[in-house]
Amino acid sequence: MKQTLYKKRINRSLVGDLGIFVFLGAGAAFTALPLVFAVSNAFKPLNELFLFPPQFFVRNPTLQNFADLFTLMGQSWIPMTRYISNSLLIIILGMAGNLFFGSLAAYALSKHDFFGKQTINALIVLSLMFAPAVLRIPNYLTIAFLGWIDTYWAVIVPAWSSTLGLYLLRNFMNAMVPIDLLESARLDGASEFCIYWNIVMPIVKPAWLTLIILTFQQLWGLTGGEYIYSESLKPLPYALDQIVKGGVARQGVGSAAALIMMIVPIIVFIINQSKIVETMSTSGIK
Amino acid sequence: MRAEAIMTRDKPGFWQRVANRFAAEWRRSKTSYAFIAPFMILFTVFSVVPVLVSIALSFTYFNTLQPPQWVGIDNYIRLFLDDDIFLIAVKNTFIFAAVTGPLSYFLCFIMAWLINELQPKVRAVLTLLLYAPSISGNAYMIWLYMFSGDMYGYLNGLLLNWGIIDKPIQWLIDPEYMMPIVIIVTLWMSLGTSFLAFIAGLQGMDHTLFEAGAIDGVKNRWQELWYITLPSMREYLMFGAIVTITNSFAAAGQITALVGYPSTDYAVHTVMQHLQDYGGIRYEMGYASTIAVVLFFSMVGAQQIVQKLLAKLGN
Repeated sequence: MKQTLYKKRINRSLVGDLGIFVFLGAGAAFTALPLVFAVSNAFKPLNELFLFPPQFFVRNPTLQNFADLFTLMGQSWIPMTRYISNSLLIIILGMAGNLFFGSLAAYALSKHDFFGKQTINALIVLSLMFAPAVLRIPNYLTIAFLGWIDTYWAVIVPAWSSTLGLYLLRNFMNAMVPIDLLESARLDGASEFCIYWNIVMPIVKPAWLTLIILTFQQLWGLTGGEYIYSESLKPLPYALDQIVKGGVARQGVGSAAALIMMIVPIIVFIINQSKIVETMSTSGIK
Repeated sequence: MRAEAIMTRDKPGFWQRVANRFAAEWRRSKTSYAFIAPFMILFTVFSVVPVLVSIALSFTYFNTLQPPQWVGIDNYIRLFLDDDIFLIAVKNTFIFAAVTGPLSYFLCFIMAWLINELQPKVRAVLTLLLYAPSISGNAYMIWLYMFSGDMYGYLNGLLLNWGIIDKPIQWLIDPEYMMPIVIIVTLWMSLGTSFLAFIAGLQGMDHTLFEAGAIDGVKNRWQELWYITLPSMREYLMFGAIVTITNSFAAAGQITALVGYPSTDYAVHTVMQHLQDYGGIRYEMGYASTIAVVLFFSMVGAQQIVQKLLAKLGN
């Protein structure tokens, strides 16, 4: 029984292990509430949704909410597939650029030695602590100046400059990548790009898998806001929001849409977390 | 004259020397500069310049319609001497950050550390459940039902049933309860970015260290944590610290969602809410920028303290 729950290490007490399991279980039961609530809500018929106080668990589960949602999605003026592909394009390009430019710079800032490195590292940490709320107007003016208003670029390119991602990757490179390994690769004649791509990035896989989760979540929630006006360029969350806001009777559709909005990041989360596990089991070879 | 020519050749002028140094540095570090260039251009355009613009705006009156007017340090004087609500916000933010910052940081680490030893599948499920409040959009909405002020709210219903209270408590309106509730909900949703970073960091740790430690006489998990795990986690801990500091000093979203804006008697009014009030509602961008600058320096101060503490780890 114990063997199925965790890997036994030599200096561990059974009581401690059990205590920890109970503690984690209790914590998880507490934090899982919104998941349970969202799933249960999505299957509630309208009369249960309007109960107050809301019942935690659904009594007469129905698929009607999903059926209504798909009917409404089919009736939308711009086909739903267009919104979905807009979202996919923004997420894939935004994530790829953020990962590539961020990790390339993180490698140089972590392992190279050049003039200005300390200053840049300090600036990056400082920039994380400036309230983004007051940067919206300067950023809007920049994007307008570049002529990107009402294009995908207005949301994709700012995502590339996310300093949190670079800072995460740089710190992981500082901690995980031994400098000797890079030196021996250099002696073997490997180019810097080759070292970055073939040695450093595989080692810090847990870091960029985590970054993908965070970036995905952030980009998935984007509605286009003040930057994208054209209906045909809007991402999916905007379209779902419009459907849900169609009236008070859309409460059921809303709870189905909320579940869909939640399921997608959860799938990405599970895939990425399970890949982090793979790294662990293969890193022993190193 | 000849001697002079030799002198100047041997000793190039100041600017010449600077230029030579730069040229040599450029030749040596070309690859490094090429690697950071794309990011640095984006970083300069979307972060550095806007921050500098904001700092400049903090010395102006700017209503976003007319050009900014220079007012010197008037905004700063007004903020500290005339704005009573700002001083309340500073006090609340300080209490809020002093409680939620260290506690949520500790929670993120301890949970990630405990979860790390479980079998991969069990761990993946538990990670998801613990991270759930961060992944499910406006998850704090369920707390509105929990703390609803009438007798149908979950908590009031329960307490009335058990006879502990005889009339419903206005949890989200009574200043006496608002701060603790906001803190509890924030801690509940605190297993976010830092938590994931700690998990990834622990996964990437060299397992031979633990085995060697066990042989060298590390008796239990707590000793292992103190002597082996923590010292090699410094980089991840610093990352987590920055995230935690920004979250606890700039808290606003969940507070507005729970107790509305403004809260009764400004009982949980925070600096960030004050900033959003001036930036997003009153369109006084100059004054909002002043608040952002002050908030920025308090975060930098907190970060410096944490950095000093983390440097002591394991030494």
